[in-house]
Amino acid sequence: MSVDLKPLDVAVVRQDFPLLSRILHGKPVIYLDSAVSGQMPVQAIDRMTKYQRDEHTNVHRGVSTLSQEATDFYEAAREKVRKFIGAGSIKEIVWTRGTTEAINLVAQTFGRMTVKAGDEILLSAMEHHANIVPWQMLAQEKGATIKVIPMTDDGELILDSLDELITDRTKLLGVVHVSNVLGTVNPVKEIIARAHAKGVPVLVDGAQAVPHLPVDVRDLDADFYVFSGHKLSGPTGIGVLYGKLAHLEAMPPWHGGGSMIRSVSWEKTTYLPAPGKFEAGTPPIAAAIGLGAAIDYVTALGLDRIAAHEHELLAYATERLAGLPGLRILGNAKDKASVLSFVVEGIHAHDMGSLLDGEGVVVRAGHHCAQPVMTRFCVPATTRASFAYFNTREEVDILVSAVLKAIELFK
Amino acid sequence: MTDPRELYQQVILEHNKKPRNFGKLAPCTHHAEGFNPLCGDQLDLTLVIEDGIVQDIKFQGSGCAIDTASASLMTGAVKGRPVAEAEAMAEQFRGMVRGELDPATEAPLLGKLTLFSGVKDLPSRVKCAVLPWATLHAALKGEEEASTE
Repeated sequence: MSVDLKPLDVAVVRQDFPLLSRILHGKPVIYLDSAVSGQMPVQAIDRMTKYQRDEHTNVHRGVSTLSQEATDFYEAAREKVRKFIGAGSIKEIVWTRGTTEAINLVAQTFGRMTVKAGDEILLSAMEHHANIVPWQMLAQEKGATIKVIPMTDDGELILDSLDELITDRTKLLGVVHVSNVLGTVNPVKEIIARAHAKGVPVLVDGAQAVPHLPVDVRDLDADFYVFSGHKLSGPTGIGVLYGKLAHLEAMPPWHGGGSMIRSVSWEKTTYLPAPGKFEAGTPPIAAAIGLGAAIDYVTALGLDRIAAHEHELLAYATERLAGLPGLRILGNAKDKASVLSFVVEGIHAHDMGSLLDGEGVVVRAGHHCAQPVMTRFCVPATTRASFAYFNTREEVDILVSAVLKAIELFK
Repeated sequence: MTDPRELYQQVILEHNKKPRNFGKLAPCTHHAEGFNPLCGDQLDLTLVIEDGIVQDIKFQGSGCAIDTASASLMTGAVKGRPVAEAEAMAEQFRGMVRGELDPATEAPLLGKLTLFSGVKDLPSRVKCAVLPWATLHAALKGEEEASTE
């Protein structure tokens, strides 16, 4: 990262987010919950509205000018995604409803095809439920087992034993790029290289990574890379499965229906090549176009600049919160991004969450859909603040004084 | 109520810090476990009921302050009462925190438990306050588990 990077003009950026001027419980809203869902800039909201008002019809249907136009916008969004993550071809970009659906798709097609009784699926100890449950369902169906890469008390994966954990029965390794609870940035490039050395394909859950750091799927050499639109300043209901073309071509279709076929007869139905064969039915067209506009927006801000700004906020918040009495930060990895989880002795995370809400500070309190991580750290829940490019040091100060007020109240 | 702080009154904070009737009765005549799947709160409730009277009651588990204080105050309130009255209190409590009953006029059995009435303005926390009562209801009905889902 360049040190003479021109910083973001956050005051200007904030004007693109109408929600940031809302008042909550009589106080200005402090949105520190971008890891749960990012806010959309007006540029993306307006683009979706324009599509919905003036341009809407179905895609890949018929010969009308409107249908061709809609198809062009929709496919242009796919190209934006391709470029954004450095994929080689738009054939490798499959639209899904989100990260969860993308992982289920891989589990139910690639997984069913490759995993047999007695095989192993290797996951990391810091996975979101979305990258656990689909594999457990597959393992149960096939009689396979799940193995886990452990982590340290600081929230870093222990990779010393990775080569032993990958056996000749391992059929897939699933790992989160950035932990949604601990903020850890995992060394996925190294993990992928070591898995590939043993012939094991890797799926990377990039839901919390793409909003915060530049991702190049070819440089990582990921077999599958998945993420959601709504954590990337885009809308809900749209997500992305990147898959190496050779994998996608070998995989059977998943959902059947319109849009994914080449021809249908009672005797024999044939399917489109990837990505079409994985996209049955009418897709969320407006959401795809909105995600394209969101990608334009963050690209214009610059992911390097976004990362620099968020790192500074994270470091500042970590330093200030760590000094509060009874407060413990979960996740102290050397390489972290944007997420700050903490617990306070004697105060349950849900009480903290409600009290912060009363101060206008929006955070997530709970198990973050990562119960095995809660179990690992022996806590029922944590409070999590997560930072985006529109947050400021002043907002961190308000968070800190709101946390302090809660601590005083519970004394 | 606009400020969640109003709910965190001294009585609630104090019962959270020093919960009454905390522990497990062995032997017991009635038992149920309560879960709040969304937030992971769990509660283990044991009772001794003789001659239709709640002779003793204890709880243990982990939860937020609202849940813990609610369980602590509930155990104190139903101890020594007839089962039918405990059931009626559970009904009134649920009605109150859901905003269906006026605590001043329509919840005569609740007494100081009306200090939970503010929960109705924090919809995400209603389940926390109700969990002990849902678990009590399950135990009295002979069910092993209660869930707020």
